Amino acid sequence: MNVSRRQLLILLPAAAVAWKSVLAGTPEDSPNYKMSDHWWGMLIDIPKCIGCGNCVRACQTENDVPDGHFRTWVERYHVTDENMVSPQVISPDGGKEGFPVAAEDAGKYFFVPKLCNHCADSPCTQVCPVGATFITPDGVVMVDPKYCLGCAYCVQACPYGCRYIHPEKQVADKCTLCYHRITKGLTTACCETCPTGARQLVDLKNPKDPIHEFLKSHSVQVLKPQMATGAKVYYNDLDGSVR
Amino acid sequence: MSPFKEAGHLFRFAGLFVLAFLVFLVVRHYVVPKSFGEYGHYRGAAIGEMAAHPVKFAGHETCEGCHTDILDVKKKGKHAQVNCEACHGALANHANDPASVVPVKPDTAVLCARCHTMSAAKPKGFPQVVPADHSTGLPCETCHNPHSPAMDAGGAK
Repeated sequence: MNVSRRQLLILLPAAAVAWKSVLAGTPEDSPNYKMSDHWWGMLIDIPKCIGCGNCVRACQTENDVPDGHFRTWVERYHVTDENMVSPQVISPDGGKEGFPVAAEDAGKYFFVPKLCNHCADSPCTQVCPVGATFITPDGVVMVDPKYCLGCAYCVQACPYGCRYIHPEKQVADKCTLCYHRITKGLTTACCETCPTGARQLVDLKNPKDPIHEFLKSHSVQVLKPQMATGAKVYYNDLDGSVR
Repeated sequence: MSPFKEAGHLFRFAGLFVLAFLVFLVVRHYVVPKSFGEYGHYRGAAIGEMAAHPVKFAGHETCEGCHTDILDVKKKGKHAQVNCEACHGALANHANDPASVVPVKPDTAVLCARCHTMSAAKPKGFPQVVPADHSTGLPCETCHNPHSPAMDAGGAK
C-alpha cells in the first residue's frame, strides 16, 4: 500500500480517535440513557401486597436466578398481641408459589417483599477486596461477575441478607434492579408483574416522579435505619416488628 | 575528588529500581482493564455488560401496541392496573416474533386463585373467595371475563 505523506497526516489522527473509542470499553446498550440523570430506588406499599409471589417468579425468569436462591422474596409476618417483639415469619420457597391460607386468627398479618436496598452507603461495596461490587452513578449496587472472586465477604456484610453465591458461576449475585430494563425505559420485572402496584420503581432524581409527593404524605420507613446504609427501598406503613 | 567516584554501585541499584518500576507500569497497563477507574474503583464496562442482559418481560406498553381490543376492555374494569404479563407470563419472545411464539392461555382455575383465594393474611379490602365454595372448581372464566372481572360492570359473560 502506497500512502503519501499528506494521506498519512490525515489518517493518523483519525486512527487515534478510533483507537480512543476502542479503549473506552463497551458502549452502553441504550444510547439515550444518561446515568447522571437518574438515582434509582423502589417504593413498597405494604398494605397493597397480597403475597401472590408474582414478583419472585418474574425475577427468577427475567434474571435466570437459580432455584433455591432469591434476588427478591416475600415474607409473611404474623404478629400476635402476646408477642409483639418476635413475630412469626414465614417465607416458603421465598413466597414463590404464594403462602398457605391463614385462618382467621388473633393478631395481625402482613406481607413484606424484600430485595436489595441499593444502599447509597452500602456495607457490601465497602468490604469487597477487588473492586468487583460497586454502586453505579445512577444508584444501582452491582456485582461485576468477571472480577468477583467469590470470597463471599459481601454476602456476610449485607445487613439485609440480599446476596448469595451463585452455585454455578461461584460469584456473588444479587438484584440488579433489572438494570437491563430500567436503562431501556422499562420498569423492573417485579414491578411489571405486581398486580396491585405494591412495588414501584422510583427515580429520585426525576422531579416528576410521584415518589416525592408520596414521601411527603405517608409514613415511610427503610429497613434497619440504625445501620445508616442509605437504603433506597422505601416501605410504606411498615410495622415496627419487621427486621 | 568527586564524591560520586565510589558511588557507581548505588546508581546501578537505583537503576534497577527504575527498571522495575517501568516493568510494573507496562504490566499494569496490560493487566488492568481499560475501563477500570472510569467511574470509581471498579470496571466501568461492567455496567454496560449488565445493561446488555436480554429482556424477557416485554412490558405492558409493548403488548398494548397490538392488543388494543383487550386494552379497551381492560382499562374500564377492575384489572385496569394489572399488567398483561402479571398473568400471561414473560412474553418478550412473542412480542419479537408474534407468528412463531404463541402464548399459552393460562388456566384461570389456578391463576385467579393465586391472588383471590381467601386468607386472613391478605389486606381486608382485597376481593377474596374460597374457590371450593365459590365455583366448585369451575374455571373462573366460565362466569367472569378475566380482563374485566366485576359482574356488575358488564364484565359477566
